[in-house]
Amino acid sequence: MKNRIQFVPLMLIFAGIIVIIVLIMQPISVHIFRNNIAVLFPKGIIALQERNLLFIIQALMLLVIIPVYILTFIFSWKYRVNNPKAKYDPDLVDNRLAEYIWWGLPCILTLIVGAITWVETYRLDPLKPIESDKKPMTIQVVALQWKWLFIYPEEKIASLNFVQFPKQIPIHFEITADAPMNSFWIPHLAGQIYAMPKMRTELNLIADVEGDFRGSSANLSGEGFAGMHFIARASSEEDYHHWSESAKKSTKVLSMEEYNKLAAPSENNPAEIYQLKDEQLFNQIIMKYMHPKEK
Amino acid sequence: MFGKLTIEAFKHEASQNVAVCMMLLSGIGIIGIIFYTKSWKWLWNDWFTSVDPKRIGVMYIITALLMFFKGFADAVMMRLQQALSVGDSHGFISAGHFQEVFSAHGTTMIFFVGMGVVFGLLNLIVPLQIGARDVAFPFLNALGFWLFASACVLSLVSLAVGKFSQAGWLAYPPLSGIEYSPDEGVDYWIWMVQIAGVGSTMSGINFLVTILKMRCPGMTLMKMPIFVWSALCAMVLVIFAFPILTATLYMLTLDRYLGMHFFSAGEGGNPMLYVNLIWAWGHPEVYILILPAFGIFSEVVPTFSEKRLFGYVSMVWALILITFLSFVVWLHHFFTMGAGPNVNAFFGVMTMLIAIPTGVKIFNWLFTKFRGRVHFTSPMLWFFAFVLNFSVGGMTGILLSSPPVDYQVHNSLFLIAHFHGMVIGGMLFGFFSGFTYWFPKITGFFLSETLNRYAFWFWFTGFLLAFMPLYMLGFMGATRRLDHYEASTGWNSIFVVVGIGAAIILCGISVQAYGLFKSIKDRKKNLDITGDPWNGRTLEWSIPSPPPIYNFAITPTVDQLDPLWAIKRGQAPQPQKDYEDIHLPKNTPMGLYIGVLSLIVGFAMTWHILWLAIVCFIAIITCLIIRLSGEDEHDVITAAQVKEMEAASIRRREVV
Repeated sequence: MKNRIQFVPLMLIFAGIIVIIVLIMQPISVHIFRNNIAVLFPKGIIALQERNLLFIIQALMLLVIIPVYILTFIFSWKYRVNNPKAKYDPDLVDNRLAEYIWWGLPCILTLIVGAITWVETYRLDPLKPIESDKKPMTIQVVALQWKWLFIYPEEKIASLNFVQFPKQIPIHFEITADAPMNSFWIPHLAGQIYAMPKMRTELNLIADVEGDFRGSSANLSGEGFAGMHFIARASSEEDYHHWSESAKKSTKVLSMEEYNKLAAPSENNPAEIYQLKDEQLFNQIIMKYMHPKEK
Repeated sequence: MFGKLTIEAFKHEASQNVAVCMMLLSGIGIIGIIFYTKSWKWLWNDWFTSVDPKRIGVMYIITALLMFFKGFADAVMMRLQQALSVGDSHGFISAGHFQEVFSAHGTTMIFFVGMGVVFGLLNLIVPLQIGARDVAFPFLNALGFWLFASACVLSLVSLAVGKFSQAGWLAYPPLSGIEYSPDEGVDYWIWMVQIAGVGSTMSGINFLVTILKMRCPGMTLMKMPIFVWSALCAMVLVIFAFPILTATLYMLTLDRYLGMHFFSAGEGGNPMLYVNLIWAWGHPEVYILILPAFGIFSEVVPTFSEKRLFGYVSMVWALILITFLSFVVWLHHFFTMGAGPNVNAFFGVMTMLIAIPTGVKIFNWLFTKFRGRVHFTSPMLWFFAFVLNFSVGGMTGILLSSPPVDYQVHNSLFLIAHFHGMVIGGMLFGFFSGFTYWFPKITGFFLSETLNRYAFWFWFTGFLLAFMPLYMLGFMGATRRLDHYEASTGWNSIFVVVGIGAAIILCGISVQAYGLFKSIKDRKKNLDITGDPWNGRTLEWSIPSPPPIYNFAITPTVDQLDPLWAIKRGQAPQPQKDYEDIHLPKNTPMGLYIGVLSLIVGFAMTWHILWLAIVCFIAIITCLIIRLSGEDEHDVITAAQVKEMEAASIRRREVV
């Protein structure tokens, strides 16, 4: 180990500069991309609460991370081998108090984060209906190869790769797939949930403001997976009714027969609207997997 | 005759053809060099048939490094595609091929690189640190390596013949089922992972028994070096986890080959069962990779701080706690599958508990530096970067473990940034650290320190540039595995930055490769003559570098932690020089034979060439019977020979 010149101060300064650049880049990039950062600038109450939880946990974790960063730099600086002023004590290998502290503090911190998480997991359960004085609206979602079908059983309409609903009304999504596993995610409004064949998952959300939000599949489902994005449009109630009326007058009718054609693999389908012939379509899609295939 | 194998299997996209040509050329080049230098005999006698863990360890690491280049090439392709493929442009590879590339990247990096370097270092270091001359089951160990190597070769074959799986590195059904993936890709994946997995189980058993039964006299469990402890914990995980993988893959095989319905969506199958099972293996697996890295840092930090490890007992219990907890957290990989809040909250909190022992470890390492004399050699640089990256990775891990937050970041690039922070910032930096630290011990000469430092700075900046922006992309709704996205998402500029980060990492890797080459070329100038270049504390530094074939001429006796440190400080007596006859196992080619046969079985099963698979399987059984019914053969090195070899090594030291 002789003849190796130590550049410790230089090295620490260099590393420190890199770390500081990374730290400064975060707020700058948040500022530059603020219109696209769906998770940090949510447009719905559920996504907002999930974001707030993220911030709380992040802040608590920084209580550990910051001391670790500071200690890393200080100890590297102070105890560098050619610093004559530093104490050297090779047998300092145990200190009960110190160890109590760093077993204890993470324990307490984890307890706090764990308790918050426990409560929030119940509160933000995607299956839980959102409390509101307005009547919730049900939209059924089917992940197909490789597009999203939205069924409005009450309105008797359906749409492809486009979903519209009024703002400030609780939306209750029922989700399944007639394809490999997908994940239904509109980051501006709420976290994702898997869309799986034979299974019905649920997601509740509210859009607070009007707008077009990007939704996509977050789970690999085959060749056309990257094209499985759609627009979720939150509009005024008036606009919504306008849109649903136009759907009811659509020349395209979604029957089981038409559905089977639609379910065949295809990529990058444009948005469509349909009249819905059979309001039981969603259940039939699930039931398809419940009994053996006819040979 | 050839099952499903037709001429179609050899037709590829342009980018893949380039890769195949490069692979074939380098293969021919290597074989040419071997012929030119007439080293076949040397390779066969000293390496291919060897059951010496030192040789097997070197072969593991060489294989893993070769696979690392392949896996990294995959990564570069992905980042290039993602930087280019926006809006109207669709990049330079098709969606299907892109999916093959990321599936191959994950499989290669975890199974072939991660497991390869873990078992490589274990082979090299564990016997030396516990004062053993050999491992418990030398043949099983060699067999484990050859199965691992044949799985690596099968993955390279899949590049040239047919295609790789497009279902991601964990092949979730129903996508990986016969209905949605009718071609050979998933079969290739199943067989290469299956073969490598069986090999890992064997090596796991071997090292567990080695550590439990072959420690030198006096080395009780609580006097083992921490690296051995981390190896012990990792091997416990291997033994519990890998059988789950094997069983899960068999069920998937039955689904695909015999039309059964374990994991199909309809007809009574349940894909969610697969997701549970694969993660019941998959989560312990990531700890199998990271625990040895913890062990490495627990050796490196005290050595270069000229101190003993702070809080040894805490470190051991932290390892044991992590080992236990890693089996009760697998559900956090699919909080979004719709389980109720009871289940999600429980697994979320269990996951957070892992942060406690991990935090303790970090503080113990930091306080090992406290009042030490810290030498900033390149292994310590890697540790420095590890602490910075790993704590950020840990923080984002806690975010991911909280189910409501996970709903928003799961399957996004946030997740990718998190686990690359853990695997690169943790395991890979740990491996680089250990590689530099133990390199002189194994080879007898040093790596170039200057080049290592250059490589480090490339890696450190490249890593931050390539992965920190991914957190932001995840917040912007960018999901993983996208081969194309719309311009309106605003992701493109960040993907370009990330691509630049990957290019900087490429510079780092090139410098490392050049450094390795240069060190080997100039090895005469950089010899480690003392056998203890870093002022080490543990037994491996008490013997010459490279170690003689029998490791220890005299079996050491130990009565405390850090035995070599104790001898140096006069707290323990110098060992007596009474030599004895040493028995070592004879070389055997059976491991290599079985590896090659397994490769053929895997290939034949992939292409449904049933007769070939059956013939080779019977041959494997025959090989095993021959090997197991043979006499337990040993080479004997007599006490006189040992004395002569030891004297020669001392003379060599004095001459230099």
